[in-house]
Amino acid sequence: MSSGSEAISGARRVDGPAAAHAAAGAEAHITVRNLTMAYGDYVVMRGLNFTVRRGEIFIIMGGSGCGKTTLLRHLLGLEQPAAGEIFYDGENFTRADADERQRILRRFGVAYQNGALWSSMTLGENVGLPLAQFTDLNPEEIREVAALKLALVGLKGFEDYYPSEISGGMQKRAGVARAIALDPEMLLFDEPSAGLDPVTSRLLDDLILELRANLGTTVVIVSHELASIFAIGDNSVFLDGESHTMSATGNPKELLANCTDPRVHRFLTRGGKSPA
Amino acid sequence: MRAADGAVTVQLGGVWQLHRGIGAKAAAVERDLAGSGKPTRVGFDTKGLGPWDSALVTFLAEIEEFCDARGIEVDRAGLPEGARRLLELAAAAPPLRISAAPQARPPLLARLGAAVMRLAGTCGSALEFIGAIVIALWRLASGRARYRKVDVLTLTQACGANALTIVALISFLVGVILAFMGAVQLEQFGASIYVADLVAIGITREMGAMMTAVIMAGRTGAAFAAQLGTMKVRQEIEALETMGISPIEFLVVPRMIALVLMMPLLCLYADFIGVFGGATIGVGMLHLSLTTYLKESAKAIYPSGVLGGLFKSLVYGILIAIAGCYQGMKCGNSASAVGESTTAAVVDGIILVVVACGLFALVFHVIGI
Repeated sequence: MSSGSEAISGARRVDGPAAAHAAAGAEAHITVRNLTMAYGDYVVMRGLNFTVRRGEIFIIMGGSGCGKTTLLRHLLGLEQPAAGEIFYDGENFTRADADERQRILRRFGVAYQNGALWSSMTLGENVGLPLAQFTDLNPEEIREVAALKLALVGLKGFEDYYPSEISGGMQKRAGVARAIALDPEMLLFDEPSAGLDPVTSRLLDDLILELRANLGTTVVIVSHELASIFAIGDNSVFLDGESHTMSATGNPKELLANCTDPRVHRFLTRGGKSPA
Repeated sequence: MRAADGAVTVQLGGVWQLHRGIGAKAAAVERDLAGSGKPTRVGFDTKGLGPWDSALVTFLAEIEEFCDARGIEVDRAGLPEGARRLLELAAAAPPLRISAAPQARPPLLARLGAAVMRLAGTCGSALEFIGAIVIALWRLASGRARYRKVDVLTLTQACGANALTIVALISFLVGVILAFMGAVQLEQFGASIYVADLVAIGITREMGAMMTAVIMAGRTGAAFAAQLGTMKVRQEIEALETMGISPIEFLVVPRMIALVLMMPLLCLYADFIGVFGGATIGVGMLHLSLTTYLKESAKAIYPSGVLGGLFKSLVYGILIAIAGCYQGMKCGNSASAVGESTTAAVVDGIILVVVACGLFALVFHVIGI
């Protein structure tokens, strides 16, 4: 990305040894270039430029209501950018036609904030639906794969439960099982640990690390849970709700150590004083 | 409450708790402050103060606001520590930046224009929705649509078999009412036997299809809107979209198929029950024998009338399914939005059915059915 460094313009790039390590031998998987997001005349964010490398765990962070989820919706094509483009593996997603888009989207797995499981189907059917629609597996095989995916998220034996019969944390994990049903190249999480107790939230972090390590999945996480941001984030972008643009990008731990932007620092230290 | 050298001390005593009510205490004090010449400073004396809660803080905040507006200094020193902290906290919260300035009511023409634009927008999005359904049906016909057959079956059961009781009840009563009204008039001419004709033709041509449609709009149209609306709120529809499954194919088309298949069957069922309802009046009130009544009914019923009724019910089914699914799919993101969508689905469904009924009457008259 030769144009990357000048396009970042103003945002502080903090690249330390850890980020360099993650980058080693990994090509750009998701590239966001000059993205502006707006609802009508109201600009949510402008001038977003960042690259997510293959196999990386990338965190989209920022305060409540700053546009994190909006960015995720743009990445999924649920909203059309006001300006700028999004590339997956070098393919222009923003300018793609409907069929092209569907083909690209099929490489995604999305885990929603509250699971968003289909409430009229059992957990087994929820995980099995993408398999039934997009693979040639027979019903017996689909049941087996669905049971395996549920077991991976710690829901072994829950195939025949309906989403309303299990707890919120379990729904969230079942949502992850559905997201990984087709072994996607990219996993997107919307606030994975929101509303979970610290232990369950930690288990989910471990699960994300396992998936990345064993399937090589690129993971994009919208989060404001500091513990999990520091525990699993390789790279991140900080969206600043006040200036309506990104104010920093880099490894979260190094941002904490090196970033001088007071708002980023305040966020990463739970409102602690800026060193500057 | 006493005044000395331009300073006013407000004496607070007794119990200040919300469940006792706040009353107009602040207003009374404000009246006093405004009346007693302009004080320079307001202080508080709380020696006699009993238990207190937000009632006291609310009162104090009102006084402070009043004093601020008039440049009177407020001395919080005499207040209990907790009340002082709460007042500071309330004052510290930054005012919201999204200014909710009261908007001036736009002139009549502007409002009219905006309403027309909204209407045009609604028509546009409804047309778009119908277009999407047509495309999805085409994909279904060419075997490329993504949906679950089991969904079609359960929906068919929900809007077919499960509606039998209510359809039977309503159409029986409609048959009874038609027969009763006819009987009162026709008996005067000694033509009671024609009650059978009246009921048979009325039910098979119009009322069977109409009443079934009204029931289904209230029952199934509402259910469609509520189901899809809730799925929208819970992001279930988004989950389908991002997975590359069209919600129109997966959710709307099965519902349309189920309702459109079931409507003519329910209508035929309603026709039978309605005629039977009329027969109870014929036998019970007009003392006709059941066979005479049914024979007369059979003579009156003509194929094109019955088929016309069934065809109408099919069209009503399409309209109700579209109204219900459209409202569900464009539902907003809250519980109250689901309620609004459901209401709109029923209202739209019934309006569409009645308008269609009128158009059918005209067209059938012109082509002579």
